[in-house]
Formats: sequence, C-alpha cells, structure tokens
Amino acid sequence: MNQFSPKTLLAGLAVATALTSVAAALPAQAAELRMAWSQDATGLDPHKQTAFSSLRLLELIYEPLVRMDAELNVVPAIASSWEFSDDAKTLTFSLDPNAKFSDGTAVTSADVKASFERLLDEATSAAARSNFLSIESIDTPDDATVVFNLSTADVPILVAMATINAAVLPASEIEAGTIGTETVGSGPFVLESWEPNSREVLSANEHWAGGELAIDGITISVLPDEMAILASLRAGQTDFALLNDPLVATLVPMEAGLELNRVGVLNYNVLQLNPSRPPMDNLKVRQAMSCAIDRQEIIDAALAGEGKVTGPLTMPAFAQDPANLFCYEQDLDKAKELMAEAGVDGFSATVIAATGEPPVAASEAQVLQAQLAEIGVDLEIEMMELNVYVDAWLAGDFDMAVAQNGGRPDPYPMYNRYFTNEGNLAHVSNFPDDELDSLMKQGQAETDPAKRVEIFQAFESRLAEQSPWLWLSTGYSYTAQRESVSGFTPSPTGTLFGLVNVSVE
Amino acid sequence: MSYVAQRLLTFPLILLGVSILVFVAIRLVPGDAITAMLGTEAGLLTPAQREALSVYFGIDQPIWAQYLRWLTGLFQGDLGISSIYGKPVFTVILERFPLTLQLSLMSMVIALSVGVPLGVLAASRNERPSDLVVRVLAMLGQSTPNFVVGILIIYVLSVFFGFVPAMGTFTPLFVDPLASIGQLIFPAITLGFAFAASVTRISRSAMLDVLSDDYVRTARSKGATPMSVIWHHALPNALIPVVTLSGVEFGYLLGGAVIVEQIFALPGLGRLVLDAITQRDYALVQGTVLFIAFNFLVVNLLVDLTYVALDPRIRIGRR
Repeated sequence: MNQFSPKTLLAGLAVATALTSVAAALPAQAAELRMAWSQDATGLDPHKQTAFSSLRLLELIYEPLVRMDAELNVVPAIASSWEFSDDAKTLTFSLDPNAKFSDGTAVTSADVKASFERLLDEATSAAARSNFLSIESIDTPDDATVVFNLSTADVPILVAMATINAAVLPASEIEAGTIGTETVGSGPFVLESWEPNSREVLSANEHWAGGELAIDGITISVLPDEMAILASLRAGQTDFALLNDPLVATLVPMEAGLELNRVGVLNYNVLQLNPSRPPMDNLKVRQAMSCAIDRQEIIDAALAGEGKVTGPLTMPAFAQDPANLFCYEQDLDKAKELMAEAGVDGFSATVIAATGEPPVAASEAQVLQAQLAEIGVDLEIEMMELNVYVDAWLAGDFDMAVAQNGGRPDPYPMYNRYFTNEGNLAHVSNFPDDELDSLMKQGQAETDPAKRVEIFQAFESRLAEQSPWLWLSTGYSYTAQRESVSGFTPSPTGTLFGLVNVSVE
Repeated sequence: MSYVAQRLLTFPLILLGVSILVFVAIRLVPGDAITAMLGTEAGLLTPAQREALSVYFGIDQPIWAQYLRWLTGLFQGDLGISSIYGKPVFTVILERFPLTLQLSLMSMVIALSVGVPLGVLAASRNERPSDLVVRVLAMLGQSTPNFVVGILIIYVLSVFFGFVPAMGTFTPLFVDPLASIGQLIFPAITLGFAFAASVTRISRSAMLDVLSDDYVRTARSKGATPMSVIWHHALPNALIPVVTLSGVEFGYLLGGAVIVEQIFALPGLGRLVLDAITQRDYALVQGTVLFIAFNFLVVNLLVDLTYVALDPRIRIGRR
C-alpha cells in the first residue's frame, strides 16, 4: 500500500476539519479492523464445521434463525419472532422481511426449509444433526413463516437453533452444491478471500439487515504463536486478537495501550473417570477421588488463577452454588474413609490428556496427580497429540481423561449426549443411570422455565454425588485490543459477533 | 555411465521408499481426517454420516488401494487434492516454496558470510583471546534453540522499537524486493545464528588442519604474506568440510523451518507439513514430504559436484 487511497485523503481532511472546528460532529470514520488468531478456521460449511475458529468466522458470514446475546438470552436474527405451541410440539417462526443474502436476494421460508433438510440429510454428515432429530416436518405457509412440527416436546431445540451450525443458507446454493466453496450468507460480513492457515479478508455486507457497520471490513491473520500476537498488538500491526492461552492473556493488561476483554465461558475442565473400569466402577472410590481433590488449588496452580470452580452446569441461569454439591470442599479424611469403605487400598491408573488442548491440560494433569497421590491413587500421565487423544476418547479407551468439553446455554443439548441412555456419547461416559436419564427427559419436555431450573439442578446434584466425572472449573475467553478499538462485547459462547458494533479510530 | 546419471537413476527408488514410508506412517497414527475436522463431535455422527465423510476424504478404500490410486496419479503428475486448501497439492506447495527457498538462501548467506571469516580469524589466532571469544560465541550459537532466539528478537523489536516484521502473509521477492527481504531478515538471522555457529566451528578446525600442512609451510617459506597464505592457499582446501556442512544444512532448511515459521507466522513449507499432519490432510503430507525429499537429493548431488570444482584432485565416480 504505497499509494494514498482516496479514503486516506478523506481521513486527512477529516482530521484537518476536526482540528479547525472541534464542535463539528464527525461521522464515524470507517476503517478496516486488523485481527489475529492463532488457530485458523478449518472449513466453510456452517452445517458441518465444529472447530472453534471455523464457528467464529462463519458467525460473521452466516446467520441462524435466532442467536444468543451476551446474557445468553435467545434474540432475533433471521427470525424476528417465534412461538412454541402449548404442548411444545410445534415451533413457529416469523422471518425478518428485511433479511437478505449478500447477493441481494431475500431470505424466505423456502431457504429455511432447505437448510434444515440439508442439515438432517445424513449425506451432509453434519454432527449437529443429532440436536434436531425431533423435527418431523417443516411447513412454509407463506414466504415469511416457518413451522417446525416436532415428534416430541422439545424446548431446548430453540437454543440448539441459536448456533451457526443451524445457519440458514440460500436454497439455490444448496441445490447447486456450492456450500463450503461459495459463501453467500445473510450475516454482517462477506468473505472476500481465504488462504487457509494464513489469512481471511472480510468486507462489510451492504445487504445485512442488522444495520450499518462502523468498519469497512476485517482482515484476520493467522499467527500461530500467541507471544507473537502480543508483540504484533504492541507494535500496532494488529488491532484486535483472540487469545487462547491464559498465561499470555494475563500479560495484556500490563501493556500500555492494550486492553483485555475477559468473559466466563460455558466450557468446563473436567477429569473424566471411566466408571466401566474397576475400581472406578465403585461409587465410593469415585466419591473418594472427588473429596480428595482441591479444585481451587488446581485453578491457582495450573491455570494461573484464571478460572472458577464449577459443577456440571456452567450457564448462570441454571448453575447452583458449587458449595451445595457433594464434597466440593477438599476433605481428605472423608476421602480416606471412603477408600477404606470401598476396600480399595490405593490403585494405579493412566490419565490421558491432549497436548496444548487446552493449553493448560498438562499442568492440570500434574496437579491432579499430586492431589490424588494423597489417597494412594497413582496416576500415570499420558500426553497425546490432539487427534490421537480424540481417537482414544471417542472409543472410551481410557481409565481417566483430562478434558475440556464444550458447554451449551441449555443443559439438555450439553449433557444428553453423555447421560441419557441412548446418548451418542454414552459409550464415552460409560455411566447409564435411569435417574439421570429420566431427569433429562423431563427437562426436555418442560416448558415452564422455573421448573426446568429445578429439574436440571436435581440432575446436577445427582451427577456430582455419583461422580462419574469430576467437574473442576470453567475458564474465560479472552480477546485483546488496542485502545483505538471500541464497542466490542464478548460473549460466554465465545462468539465474535460483537464485532458488528466495533469501531476503529 | 556418468556419475550424475547413476545418481539420478537412484532418485526414483529412494522417492518410492519415502512415499511408502510416509503413506503408511501417517495412516498408522490414530485419528483420521474426520476426527481432525470434527474433534470429539465426530462421536455424534451416525454410521451413514461417517461413511459419507470417508468417501469424501477418500479414506473408505483399503490402504493398498489408496496407495495405488495415489501412485497412479503421481505418474500422471498429479499429487492429489489437499482437503484443507481445496486445491491441487502441487499448486499449494508451489505457493509456499518461494518463501522457504528465499529464507534458506538468506540464512545460508548470513551463516557463510559470518561463519567463514570468524572461523578463519579464530584459526589464525589459535588460542589467543580473539579465538577464545569466537569459540565461546560459536558454542553459544549452537546451543541456543532457535525458538529462544526468535522469541527474543520479536520481544526486543516490539518492546524497544515498537516494530515487528510483517506476519501472517508473505510478500514475494519479485513483487516488492525490499519488503520481502525486510520481512525475512529477522527469521533468517534466527536460523542463521545457529547455522553460522556451526560454520564457524567447522571452518576453524578445518583451517587449523590445513595450516599445519606441508604445502602451507612451503608457501610461507617462499615468502607469501600471511594474508595471502590464509585466503589464497589455505582457505580453498579448508572449505570442503564447510561445503559439506552447508549442503546438508541447506537441504534441511529447504524442508521448511517449522519452529521459526511458527514464531514469525510465515507461510512456508514447514508449517504446511505441520498443519497437514495435525489436520490429517493425507494427500498434502505425502506430496510435501516427497517434494522435500526430492529437494534434499538434488542438494546432495550439487554438493558432491561442488567438491570437484573446489578440489581438482577429487574425481568422483571413477574407481
């Protein structure tokens, strides 16, 4: 960029004007946001992608019917309003008449129907399909109305629809088979170019129904080393960055001119026990382990203090005070007593953990190893490359696993895969329990919010007391920005949709 | 048959061996393209969904059938399609290679222009203070991992100079030579640091050997100046081990500098292979490793030929 663009000249003029007449109200100066992250998106098909960065990118390009705001309320996106029938078996959406795809065509009920049919088609191979199995048929009485007919009462389906995995795509693109290669969405930005593992260029979508943006576009650079991201922010080469490593994030506030945004997330760090293997099949052994660990100490020692003790439920609307849960205060005497009652005089086991995923996995495993040694549990830590770990994890082939699992704004989609009898990942959790199963099903069908909270808190207490897994902590999601950037709101879901309100001085 | 032709004939055999090794190794590692794409969410797939994805990634066939298909493609000049980039593997490699080549050349220029003079200096002042200083520096250079050097350089630049080299993308030399060299100079110094240290040590010891040779004494006794003895008579012979070292080192560098590319966010061959492995892009791993192996073979051949140019007494290939 050696030449002065007309825009730079205009900016110069604007500065000159501002200097001569301070009182003159200036329109927000449009600009480009230079962003950095360490892990790039892995693909562009919103129905199929599950990688964190892919979702964050696609949320800027596509839109679902509804989305979650920063307080985890369901708010309008393509749909301007929605309603459940009394039996929670019909869900009706009215679409925003202004919603348009980036090519200027209107978003209609036909697009919604085609999108959900694609998602449900097994040939699409969308993992998110499992959240929408209750959809029996979709009616489109007119262009702006969509009716989902459900086979069973399914209240949490609305929250499941509030993710980019349920994005509404143009029916024409679906038919042409270009999803994943072309990106025609109704979101705030248009993807101009993508060089995988190097750079994305986004420009403002003039057809977006959500209003005017204060920036012209976003350039996302992939800088794999987060210390380099920090250096790049410091040197003014990057305006805004996503950070994963809490240790790097804690350095940001010490830098002049940089700000850190930190928000508690729904993901949770957990020590998954395998209750199908002895001696973890013994309730007293699992409980002893739960009593033996000091969750706050793990946060302090392994996470640099960056986290909060949590029970199974991480969403504030449902979570109860962890102090109410079974043995959330370390109690070594009780732990030893429980081991003695179980008749187990210590044992050896292997705990698997993924290298760098999350960045603190190894240190968490080490602190757990030290704490459990107190009651005679001899842990051997096996660090694995992420894919190797995922392979072992999916096969349920481990004694224990240090994991960071994804959270959802609703307990049902978060845990039905693990703790219902027909859950897709029931062979990973290995803990069939009729009480948990029945509580899950009640929570799915119940429409009264207060009763749902009651049901899921009972579910949470039961989980903590049975201790198939030991829930440890939730962390934060971090973004760092230069002072010239303003208007960003972080969200517990990790979304960067808050960038639509950002301006750069 | 000439030596070069003989060597060239062994290339296909070696490359075939490399390709089989890589093909099998990457598939023996647990996890596949599906788990790489979906992580633990892959557990939510139904068998039919999994099957559809296997077909998409071309991993539904038995391994020997996959290899035959790949090999057939190779003979037609087709390395397959990268699943990450959605482009032919060879195109992706060619996009990345200029950076790696330029970075390797720059590191080598730095290493040789620093290492050889320092080595010669140290040898000519054997056991004197300047020799000791050079030797300590060389030890330091060899024993400091390049991620330490790289992170230090970035830290110093950004904290004290408010500057970092351009990161994320690469400006090719022919587009903007200054920007291109400016972007790679710090990574090249990082790589060149340890490289220069090895060059210094090897040229020092080679020089010491040569300086005690009879012909050098003869040259001295015939009244050649010390300068002329060192640079004119001794150096050409002392350079042979330096050429060997540089050749091997250059061959390694052409395979991509994973750590330095990671730190400076450079899209070179090293990161390409790393990303391809972590994302289980089999075609890309196979294609890139084959390309790197081929480069290594060519560089080694060139090194052998350089010997001949440096020392007319060496006649390779004739018994």
